[in-house]
Amino acid sequence: MSNSWDQITAITSMNVRNMSQRAASSIVALIGIAGVVTVLIGVLSIAEGFKAVLDISGSDQVAIVLRNGATDEMGSGLQQEQTRLIADAKQAARDEQGPIVSPELYVVVDVPLKSTGTAANVPLRGVGPQAVKLRSNFKIVEGVNFTPGKFEVVVGKGASMQFSGLTVGSQLRLGTTNWTVTGIFEDRGSVAESEIWTDATVLQGAYNRGTSYQSMRVKLTSPSAMQAFKDELSTNPRLNVRVFSEKQYYAEQSKILVTLVSTIGSAIAILMGLGAIFAALNTMYSAVSSRTREIATLRALGFGPAPVITSVLAEALLIGLVGGVVGMIVSYVAFNGVRASTMNFATFSQLTFAFTVTPQLLVQGLVYALILGFIGGLLPSLRAAKLPITTGLREL
Amino acid sequence: MADESLVRLRGVAKDYKRGAETVHVLHALDLDIPRGDFLALMGPSGSGKSTLLNLIGGIDRPTAGSIEIAGTRTDSMTDGDLGKWRAHHVGFVFQMYNLLPVLTAERNVELPLLLTKLPAAERRKRANAALGLVGLSERAHHKPRELSGGQEQRVGIARAIVSDPTLLLCDEPTGDLDRKSGDEILDLLQALNQQQGKTIIMVTHDPHAAARAKHVLHLNKGQLSRDAAA
Repeated sequence: MSNSWDQITAITSMNVRNMSQRAASSIVALIGIAGVVTVLIGVLSIAEGFKAVLDISGSDQVAIVLRNGATDEMGSGLQQEQTRLIADAKQAARDEQGPIVSPELYVVVDVPLKSTGTAANVPLRGVGPQAVKLRSNFKIVEGVNFTPGKFEVVVGKGASMQFSGLTVGSQLRLGTTNWTVTGIFEDRGSVAESEIWTDATVLQGAYNRGTSYQSMRVKLTSPSAMQAFKDELSTNPRLNVRVFSEKQYYAEQSKILVTLVSTIGSAIAILMGLGAIFAALNTMYSAVSSRTREIATLRALGFGPAPVITSVLAEALLIGLVGGVVGMIVSYVAFNGVRASTMNFATFSQLTFAFTVTPQLLVQGLVYALILGFIGGLLPSLRAAKLPITTGLREL
Repeated sequence: MADESLVRLRGVAKDYKRGAETVHVLHALDLDIPRGDFLALMGPSGSGKSTLLNLIGGIDRPTAGSIEIAGTRTDSMTDGDLGKWRAHHVGFVFQMYNLLPVLTAERNVELPLLLTKLPAAERRKRANAALGLVGLSERAHHKPRELSGGQEQRVGIARAIVSDPTLLLCDEPTGDLDRKSGDEILDLLQALNQQQGKTIIMVTHDPHAAARAKHVLHLNKGQLSRDAAA
């Protein structure tokens, strides 16, 4: 019998127009929600950034071979003879210089962080002559590549930004040896950019590793050759190794930190969200309280509870929406692209990454803001609808 | 006489709980109000005048007894049905006008019509006709704060009559106005009763206002007594 939509829009628009009278408390709730969204997006953008680095680092046409039982390069070891057998696999891609492989050595060295001056672990990777062919985005952006056989290193761009003394021309004391930084390289933001690279054979000598390596990277003829490659190595009685696709290897590595950061981030956002809900509840209770007589008048005229509940909820959702949008903008401006480094628990060394505010995170933040607004408005709206009309009419 | 009653109350009682104490506001009232009457309800503060008006208007429920308006029992309706019934049958005029401050006079008057299926243009037309009837056509686009108390109450009356209700219930309609503005409101109510045939029940403290009614009922300690016709 009634035009429900007209009722709801009329009462809601009336309520929203009334908001200027409650500007102070609305702004407090709005800032609370914006803060929560900023923190939520900020923390989750760390996980996204970390994941992005590891995602772009892995190719499914490159295999990483470790000793059987090892889950990462630190715990692995391969003899030179084994690396030759691996390079002979039929599935290994070849060019004029032979199979495209890189037997690699991985040690962790201490370098002071620029931000705190305290020493942190940085991976120092010894690579084979073909290493660059296994990382298609590798390029020297400053200086030159290291000379094989010399105590020279090139530094990933991320590492050079985060750590002291990693500029071209500087000397670096690692272990008992002085090293010269000859260049800075980029690799599209991959894990390699957090590392220092040198010639594997020089590193073997400097760190008394004899002729052993820790891992072997092999470019395959195609991604579909991965299974055949695994089968061939596992059936070779002279090898006792484990094969990962590079993509799978990094996905495994990112799991721990991404889960940790996402869990902590969500927990912080939930706790802060509780605070923001109280601010929203307070705002909406005072909004309802200041409109008690108005609401009672509407009820006396015959308006049902639905338009009243909707109008209060709409106001709360509007506060949530604006708070959410403010949080989205602040978090994007403040965090997106900011570079930082953190411990990669899989390798116990620092990994540099950029906070990455993705569209999905922005949407997630906005949805959370709306949920906070909805919860903040629900109880006050129900109270408004349940208040006896005669009591409401007596309010001043 | 009873058969022609528009409002018919039988054994209506209303109790309130105040902590552990029960306050008996109305005691088993019987009341018949004929269609077209203009009835003033008088009595000291706390005598139950407003409570009785609220019960007749369906915004409160009796503790005991029955209320029948135009042949319909309202005391046993659900809240939802009672809301719809009020929208069609009752026009309220409040002492403090109770206009919505963000809406213009026209939009305030239009409010009860949002509860009908009338299209927007027809709602505006009727709202303006009601404003014309109370002499405020030229103030249609003013907000309540731009109006005098007397003008605000006229808007309140226009809102009460816009949906052509069966009953007009006025709770101290001149209580917040000076004598001149109060007289204008009483003139208006009297005209609505005499010319439009509206049935009006008016709660008032003021004997001067009550004198405009056709009948006066006194409530004292929850009991009714009737004056001679005014």
